[in-house]
Amino acid sequence: MSKWLQLAILAALIAALPLLFPSGYYYRIGALVFVNALAVIGLAILIGQAGQISLGHAGFAGIGAYSCALGPEWLGLHPALSLLAGAALSGVTALLIGRPILRLRGYYLAVATLGFGILVAMVIQNERALTGGPDGMAVAELGLRDLLRDLGWRIGGGEFWYAVSGIVLILGAWIALNIFDSPTGRAMRALHGSEVAARTVGIDVASYKLKAFVISAVYASVSGSLLALQNRYITPDVAGFLHSIELVTMTVLGGAGSIMGAVFGAAILTILPQVLTALADYEQLVLGAIMIVVMIFMPQGLLPYISRRLRRTGK
Amino acid sequence: MTFRTTTALLTLAAIGLGNAATAEIRLGASVSATGPAAFLGDPEAKTLEMLVEQLNEEGGIDGEQVELVLYDDGGDPNKARTFATRLIEDDEVTAIIGGSTTGTTMSIASLAEDEGIPFISLAGAIEIVDPVKEYVFKTPHTDRMACEKIFADMTDRGITTIGMISGTDGFGASMQAQCKDVAGEYDIEVAADETYGPGDADMTPQLTRIRNTDGIQAILNPGFGQGPAIVTRNYSQLGIETPLYQSHGVASDAFIELAGPDAAEGVRLPGTALLIADLLDEGDPQKEVVTAYNTAYQERYGQSPSTFGGYAHDAFQLMTNAIREAGSAEPDAIRDALEATEGLVGTTGTYSMSAEDHLGLDLSAFRMLEVADGTWRSIE
Repeated sequence: MSKWLQLAILAALIAALPLLFPSGYYYRIGALVFVNALAVIGLAILIGQAGQISLGHAGFAGIGAYSCALGPEWLGLHPALSLLAGAALSGVTALLIGRPILRLRGYYLAVATLGFGILVAMVIQNERALTGGPDGMAVAELGLRDLLRDLGWRIGGGEFWYAVSGIVLILGAWIALNIFDSPTGRAMRALHGSEVAARTVGIDVASYKLKAFVISAVYASVSGSLLALQNRYITPDVAGFLHSIELVTMTVLGGAGSIMGAVFGAAILTILPQVLTALADYEQLVLGAIMIVVMIFMPQGLLPYISRRLRRTGK
Repeated sequence: MTFRTTTALLTLAAIGLGNAATAEIRLGASVSATGPAAFLGDPEAKTLEMLVEQLNEEGGIDGEQVELVLYDDGGDPNKARTFATRLIEDDEVTAIIGGSTTGTTMSIASLAEDEGIPFISLAGAIEIVDPVKEYVFKTPHTDRMACEKIFADMTDRGITTIGMISGTDGFGASMQAQCKDVAGEYDIEVAADETYGPGDADMTPQLTRIRNTDGIQAILNPGFGQGPAIVTRNYSQLGIETPLYQSHGVASDAFIELAGPDAAEGVRLPGTALLIADLLDEGDPQKEVVTAYNTAYQERYGQSPSTFGGYAHDAFQLMTNAIREAGSAEPDAIRDALEATEGLVGTTGTYSMSAEDHLGLDLSAFRMLEVADGTWRSIE
């Protein structure tokens, strides 16, 4: 699929879905899907394109989220500026730790990134005076909704965050698709295929790994910031190990490496628990079973599998 | 023609059903029945389910049945907010009970405020009701009150210098801060201040350091879960003689079992009437409420209720009482009735709310308890 077609489909979906929403609660789910999808797109670049694993990306989401909480509170920064500051901080952090960490491969890289994520969560937990500790802290209002109200456009919280995260998602997808098509994207895919081969054709493997890591960190950070601003309250869970795993699972489930796969994976894992509440005690069981089935029968991820099946029946 | 009539009838029936459904009173709840805070949320969920059933068997509120929509947020504030949105927007509930932890409560609270839905929280932190939020109430006493109760008891015993050993989890850390903050008012000096992680299996080093600090007259251990039981066991193994105080976080029979009756002997903590239901005087105002809840819970689930289940019990009684008083299921009417609650007897204490106080409990709600012969005993 061409870049513009993918973007058009995504934009059309985001714009048209509210027509089917029976209540305001669906806007909330939609907004959550978009926020998660944003982080997953970042991971699709790192895992799907460059072939590096990270089990610590919630750490960057945590940095982004707490930047939006701490910036307005301690530095008097506007929440929107705090989001950018958080993204910059995440990028710089990724740059600093990326160099040494990305020399590792496979399991060792997974463990190192895992350690980073846990460290961020621990700092947030323990710096009680600053972050409120495990109880979390309130996040300032973005203020954009009041501005719109003053302009005579009243919009509910759910709809507003659906629109904002939808727009940011399209923007994020557009940037990611541009990266895919650029020499950088091709270099990343080359080193994913074979590091040795990539090096022999003159690709600076270390620098492209680092680029992928920094880009994905910024995506995760913005995702964390949007979550914090939307929930108006944040706890260290956002930086927790489980959140990291959740993000990686979304990436792999949807089919690592494509934008649509990222959005699809995020959508499934965000919506499924809401649907399964009807099963109450068996929710986790069913969720686990679905994951196992996908891993065994569709190892490339859901979306690649489905599109291949469709193509085959089309013939 | 017949087809059309049937459709029309069906549509009418559907509308009728719809009306019947909205005429019901719908209560929402989001608690942490699974996950790291399950020891809070599990008894809360069980309590709410039991009470709704009881209420409906007795004819509901003024003849109207109450429907409870209960979700399990797993202790995740993000999920709690999603479920709260779902309760308000999709299930169209008139009021919400829940938020087992401070994090989940605070993420529901801003939503309840925005949408104007009365919300009773089951979490401890003082931030929930201070400053007062229009639609947010809570049933558990605050950490600060627990500290005050303990310090008052220490003052009675002539204790002025203490050592603290606190868990670094949300509960422990919050209570540690509150206790240190309020200690000065009781002329109590915290001479040693140690902490332990939620997963630690041995607190001997911290306790040894406290024992070796000069002038320590008592040890206070804010925390919940396994930690306090291990502290109690280590305390006994080290043969420390100074009195040991635990927090209301472990006020349950399970604590004595976990620490061992021998090690726990003489441990004091601020607890609620629920823990000593059968020891209460006949004239005690809480006797009837506590016994009824205790018996019903034991009968249904085969285990004794915890303090946390009691919080849910009180929240449910406060809410249904407010709906009855308001005579309507309008959120704003319920909110006003909640704020006007006067002298409602719960398992935790007697609630009297006001515009400045959305908790409605004072220190008298706590009872100082001591472990004696493997069971709880009131020392008042």
